[in-house]
Amino acid sequence: MTTEPGHAPPLLTVSDFSVVYDVEPPVAAVRDVSFELRRGEILGLAGESGCGKTTLAYGIQRLLRPPAVITSGSAVLHDEDGVDVDIARLDPEALRRFRWDRVSMVFQGAMNAHNPVMTIGRQLADVFTTHRPRMSRSERTRECAELLDLVGVGRERLRSYPHELSGGMRQRVMIAMALALKPQLMIMDEPTTALDVLVQREILQQISELRKRFGFSVIFITHDLPLLLEISDRIAVMREGRIVELDDAETIYRGARHEYTRTLLSSFPSLTGERGGFVRAHEGQASAQARPRPALAGGAR
Amino acid sequence: MTTLEFSGVSKRYRVRGAGDMLALDDVSFELSSGRTIALVGQSGSGKSTIAKILTQLERPTSGRILLDGRPIPRRGGGLRRYRQQVRMVFQDPFASLNPYHTIRHHVERPLRLDRIVPAGQVDAETRRLLERVRLDVDRVIDRRPHELSGGQRQRVAIARALASRPSLLVADEPVSMLDVSIRLGVLNLLADLQRESNLGVLYITHDLATARHFSDEIMVLHHGEVVERGVADEVILRPQHPYTRALRDASPDPDAHFAASVTTGSRS
Repeated sequence: MTTEPGHAPPLLTVSDFSVVYDVEPPVAAVRDVSFELRRGEILGLAGESGCGKTTLAYGIQRLLRPPAVITSGSAVLHDEDGVDVDIARLDPEALRRFRWDRVSMVFQGAMNAHNPVMTIGRQLADVFTTHRPRMSRSERTRECAELLDLVGVGRERLRSYPHELSGGMRQRVMIAMALALKPQLMIMDEPTTALDVLVQREILQQISELRKRFGFSVIFITHDLPLLLEISDRIAVMREGRIVELDDAETIYRGARHEYTRTLLSSFPSLTGERGGFVRAHEGQASAQARPRPALAGGAR
Repeated sequence: MTTLEFSGVSKRYRVRGAGDMLALDDVSFELSSGRTIALVGQSGSGKSTIAKILTQLERPTSGRILLDGRPIPRRGGGLRRYRQQVRMVFQDPFASLNPYHTIRHHVERPLRLDRIVPAGQVDAETRRLLERVRLDVDRVIDRRPHELSGGQRQRVAIARALASRPSLLVADEPVSMLDVSIRLGVLNLLADLQRESNLGVLYITHDLATARHFSDEIMVLHHGEVVERGVADEVILRPQHPYTRALRDASPDPDAHFAASVTTGSRS
C-alpha cells in the first residue's frame, strides 16, 4: 500500500483557505489552510469532530452553503490536460461540469443516501445522463455494469434496490458512483466508519487497487488514525480549523512533532504492541501517567 | 462475590417470511465480580442479544441464567433486585439520557426508586456518585444533558448505573460514540471503578485493541456462537480460530505495519 508518488507533480494546491460560519458569534471553522496534494497520492486528513475536516473538504469543492462563507484562499486543480482550474472562479455551469468529473466525493454516511425506490443501475446511470448526455442507453448500461464489476459488487446487482444490499455493498456502489467519470481526485469522508472491520478492510484494499489502476488521488477523512497510518502516503492532522502537522505517514508514526498528534496517537492503544495512554485493569499504581487527560479541542463539546 | 452464569443459552427470533433466526447458539460463560470480560464480534454476531438477555430485556429461547446459583425471577421485586445487581451502560449517551431532566434527576431516580439510601441522604449520595465519575459536581448537577459533552454525558450514565450499587456492569460499546481523545479517559474511568468496587464488567465492543488492554478475558462471538475465548493477550496475539485471526488481521495495526519496513519502533 505504500506506493511512492514521491515527488509526483501536484494535482491540487490549496492556499490560505479559510471558512467562517457566519452565525452569532462567528465560528472560524477552517483557518488559513495550505497544502499541496500530489497526483496519485492518498492524503489522510485526521482530526476529531468539529476540527473542520469536513468543512475543508466541502469548501474545496464549493459545496458549502450559508451560513458558511469562504473568507480567504483558493483551491486550484492542476488538470491533467495542463490547465490550472481555480475552483472559486468557475461560473455555475462550469462548476456543474467540473464536479464529479474532476473531483468526486464519497460523502459521510453515503451508503444510507441511496434513493430507496430506484434500482442501483438507474442511480449509477444518472451520473452519465447528467455528465455524458450524448452517451447512448446501451453504452450507459455497459458502463454501469463494468463499474459494479470493478468495485466487486457484480453486474448482476444492476437491478437490485438499495435495501437488498448489505451496508458494505451499498458503500461499494457509492465508490462505483464516485469512480464513474474517472475523476482525478476522490474525496472520501469517513467511508468505512460504520462498517465492520472485515468489510472495512476489503473496501480499503479495493480503494488502494483502484487507485493504482486509475491513478487518481484520494483525500481520506477519518478520525481513525491507526487506519490512516496504514493506508495514507501523507497525513494532515487538523485541530480547531488548522492543519497542525502534515508529513509522511511513517514520520507521523515514528516522530510526530506536534503534541496534539502525539495525544491522538496515544489515544489508540495498539492492537499488538504497547497500550498507549491506557491503563490495564490490574496494574494498581500505573495509572498516574494517563490520568490527567486534558479536554482537547476546544469549543462546543 | 457475585457470579452470573450463562448456561447453554440460545435465542431464536421469528422473522416474518424468513423463518427463524438463531441469534445465539448454546452460549455459556460466567461473569464474576472483579473480572472483566470483553465480548467481541461483528455486527449481527449476537453481542447485543447477550446484553439484552443479561439485563432481562429479552428472555432466552432455551438455556439458563443463574445469579449466584439462583434463576432470575420473571417479575416483581425479585426481578427488580436482579436489575439492581446487573446494570447497563449504553452506547449512545445522547439517547440514553432524558433531555427534559437535569443530571441530578437522572442519578437520583434509581436512588429513590430502589431506596438505596434514606431520603435525607439522596442529595449527598448523588454528589458522591458524580464525584466518583470525576465530574465537577457543582458545574453539572443542575444542567440538562444537552449542555454537556458526549464524554460528560457518558460519565453521567455510568454514575446512574452505579447508583444501585450493582456488582455487575454490562457496557455495550461505551466509548464508540465518543470523540477519539476522550475515549481512553472514559475507559480508564471504568477500569478504575471496576477495581474500586470489585465490579464484574462485560465489555461489549468491536474494537479488538481496547478489548485486549481493558479486559482479563476475551470471548469471540461469530453467528451467535462463541468460537474462541481465553486470556486477552493470548486471544489477540495468538488467535486459534480462523475467524478470530481474520478479525485481528483486518484491524488496523500500524505497529505491525511499520515494523515490517524498518527495525521496530514504538510510539510514545
